[in-house]
Amino acid sequence: MIRFLLTRLLFALFLVVAVSSASLLLTRLAPGDVSTQLGPFAAAADVARERARFDLDRSIPAQWAIWAGRALRFDFGQSYLYNRPVGGLIAQAAANTALLAVVALTLATLAGIPLGIFTGSRRGGLLTGIVRGGSLVCLSLPPLLTSLLLVFVAARTGWLPAGGMTSVGSVDMSWGAWAADVAWHLPLPALALALPIAASFERLQAQAMAETIQEPFVLSAIARGVPPNAIIVGHAWRASLRSICAVYGLAIGALLSGSFVVEYIAAWPGLGRLMYEALRARDIYLVAGCAAMGGVFLAFGSLAADLLLVAADPRVREGQLQ
Amino acid sequence: MAIAAPWLAPNPPERRFPDLLYAPPTVVHLPGQGVPGLHVYPWTLESRLERRFAEDRSAPLTLRWFRDGRLISVDGSVEGGALLLLGADVYGRDIFSRVLYGARVLLLLAVVATFAAVLIGGLVGAAAGYAGGMLDEILSRLSDFVIVLPAIYVVLALRAVMPLVLPPVTVFLLLAAIFAVVGWPIVARGVRAIVSSEREREYVAGARALGASPWRVLVLHLLPAARGHLLTQATLLLPAFILAEATLSYVGLGFPNTVPTWGTMLQDASNGSLIAEAPWMLAPAAAIFIVVLAVNLSVQGTGRAPVQLER
Repeated sequence: MIRFLLTRLLFALFLVVAVSSASLLLTRLAPGDVSTQLGPFAAAADVARERARFDLDRSIPAQWAIWAGRALRFDFGQSYLYNRPVGGLIAQAAANTALLAVVALTLATLAGIPLGIFTGSRRGGLLTGIVRGGSLVCLSLPPLLTSLLLVFVAARTGWLPAGGMTSVGSVDMSWGAWAADVAWHLPLPALALALPIAASFERLQAQAMAETIQEPFVLSAIARGVPPNAIIVGHAWRASLRSICAVYGLAIGALLSGSFVVEYIAAWPGLGRLMYEALRARDIYLVAGCAAMGGVFLAFGSLAADLLLVAADPRVREGQLQ
Repeated sequence: MAIAAPWLAPNPPERRFPDLLYAPPTVVHLPGQGVPGLHVYPWTLESRLERRFAEDRSAPLTLRWFRDGRLISVDGSVEGGALLLLGADVYGRDIFSRVLYGARVLLLLAVVATFAAVLIGGLVGAAAGYAGGMLDEILSRLSDFVIVLPAIYVVLALRAVMPLVLPPVTVFLLLAAIFAVVGWPIVARGVRAIVSSEREREYVAGARALGASPWRVLVLHLLPAARGHLLTQATLLLPAFILAEATLSYVGLGFPNTVPTWGTMLQDASNGSLIAEAPWMLAPAAAIFIVVLAVNLSVQGTGRAPVQLER
């Protein structure tokens, strides 16, 4: 177990370093840099000063070494776009993205898993058909489409705010009012992100359920006279958990890439949006910081999924199954 | 349908109807009230400020079939007379025609990128699976690493570090290359698994005993075993690439606005209040939905559950 955790931690470290270094390199190689924002008539001295401020006058390895050395001391450089340290910016954006992702994942789980148990445990029927059709439709609606659709509905009906995380003037709000305001803005992006994931949870759970119900131990439970609902939840579902937990590892990737689109369309100030802005502006340290944070999310998410798997399947815990 | 766009589309995609900005879809009326054949009424602008349109009932325009090399059209010389089956966009361009023309660029891009991804993935996977050892280890680690990353960020980063404004042809090639870079590892992983297990089979040993070169064994005997996998992957990659293009163009990193693709068209509709007033601007979204749904249904038809999380 310790060994397992250590290798995962090592991989996570590698992922974060590799991803952030690669994006640092890419941004450095990209045409244009900080001095571009000074305009075409900037004095040469100003250009040189700006470039020196971000170590762009050094060679690429030298810049990387300086950046990596500072990063080890939790100084991730300065963002010229926002004119403040990258660390604080990232922390804020990451918190927003995490809020969105956790709410979306919870929604998807609460909707997808029970529906999947329902459709997987019975054959035919009108309700099963409706759920199945609905999830097939949702599965074909990637976050790009769901968020556009929901923004349309919101703009048309006015039930929900069509974008943003807070209302105008939220700066002056008390803490409680601010939280309520965020909660009011949250459903739209969260739903847009959750719908396709919920649909794939439903399909997978239904499939796993239909497979486990064929197993001999279910038959024996029926023979022992265990009530059907107890069999479905207590026996079959527990046995099908393994394949569901494996999907949570994939869901992290889907959440991260989905959240970029949703954040962009619904104007949610998260990590994806920040990275996009930083990439366009060639805000080199901000890009690297965002990439590092994304790597942390990714590593953390897949680790969490693995731990879930261990919790759900004692055979994995015993090290019998890879 | 996309190939036949020039004939199917009632209007050229670039044509602007200056009086019909954001015009709603034209209503096609059935024959009757003294007008023979299917006909439409021209939109007249009632209020430019409110973008309110009304049908001009006094001048019915009969639909013309197979005229001027187009399947259907109306007489364009009449003021406000335009066949806008899905309404008009910001510049008064026909959305229906643009969706058709957009499909051409988009499908071509997706097909080229899918082909490239499957080709690279197939070759790399086959090489790794056949050679084994060090090469296998390196290639497998590399593809595992790329798979772990959320694809859209890789695409975004690779695209964003290129010059932001490029001519359409360059964008096309660039996007195809980027998509291939992101898509190949998934293909390669499967091919590697298939090739490395097939390698041990008797027929391969037989071919080798007959003096077939490694390349011959690989291409003639082993790759056919992976055919099914390649086909499935290609079907899954195609909609993913269409979506990636739409996303990139939507955020302004894809094709320039002059090229009609579903992404650039959605970008025109990126304003919430605007969508509310002109929902027909979302037509490209519906087109994407139809393509993805079709792929999901066909994959389900082959017996596999359509379980692919977008990454």
